Amino acid sequence: MHELSLVAGLFEILEEKVREFGAARITAVTLRVGRLSGVVPELLRSAFDAYKKGTRAEGARLEIEVAPFDFRCRACGGTVFREEPAACAACGSKDVELVGGMDLIVEKIEIETDDP
Amino acid sequence: MTRKDVLVRRDLLGTNKEIAAGIRKELRRRGILAVNLLSSPGSGKTALLEALADRLKGRCRMAVVEGDIETERDAERIRARGVAAWQITTGGACHLEAKMVAKVLADVPAAIDFLFIENVGNLVCPAGFDLGEGLRCVLLSSPEGDDKPAKYPQAFATADVLLLTKSDLIPLLPFDPDRAAREALAINPRLKVFCVSALRGEGMDGLAAFFVEALAAERAARA
Repeated sequence: MHELSLVAGLFEILEEKVREFGAARITAVTLRVGRLSGVVPELLRSAFDAYKKGTRAEGARLEIEVAPFDFRCRACGGTVFREEPAACAACGSKDVELVGGMDLIVEKIEIETDDP
Repeated sequence: MTRKDVLVRRDLLGTNKEIAAGIRKELRRRGILAVNLLSSPGSGKTALLEALADRLKGRCRMAVVEGDIETERDAERIRARGVAAWQITTGGACHLEAKMVAKVLADVPAAIDFLFIENVGNLVCPAGFDLGEGLRCVLLSSPEGDDKPAKYPQAFATADVLLLTKSDLIPLLPFDPDRAAREALAINPRLKVFCVSALRGEGMDGLAAFFVEALAAERAARA
């Protein structure tokens, strides 16, 4: 539901990178979206397409990698198991924490610079 | 023209997380336990706060931040219980963000024990936004159905406490509190589960006692 405001935040990062690298255009953007982030990739895509008009990312394609989530055991320190929170496979503790499922990360962008 | 890949590795919610970390630090400095309440609209967040206000009166000092899309109604209900309340109207936004809470924090008196933050009624979006709270509580009321944890996992996965509310209605409904708790615990085994009725008072003393203990634990961690 708040995909548009997330995309507004994305474009702040993109503008920063345009200035940093003197990019003429951004041609691709790769996002990692956690499976539990509550973000719907299709809605994110529509918001991105609406927002990019008139920006240096106007021609950019959006690549979305949906990331699985892990649980990390806090009792035995670091055993990681995928999408199966019932109990730690190593020590049986239920004191596990979610890692990664809520991610919303701008992984990388592809930019073009015009030759002088 | 040259084309190249640039590694960015930046969190889209990075700014919110930084502000939330600042809030958490400030609350810890002041010795305040903040509790973020998440649920669908109508699960009984405000009624729960009213019932808690009555039970904490004379023992602890609390203040409330109310998040809604429109109106001052919830803050007025809390103030009628003799508790300081601030209303944040998001004007359409579906969740509270840390920067909204940070703005209110300057007005919150230093001499309080609990800051309850009632999020915008929505079981999806608020889960993604850290507000700097010490405890996150998700409410699931009996009329909503015991199948919700698996259908809306985000809120349950990120919470510390699950409150099954409106327990007084359970005899009238096909709602199995054990099933609701089991589904939620399958997503998040750390959840502490309470079954309460703000209206009739069932389970409310136990919940109030839990918050008082959590406050003591928070202050002990600070020392």
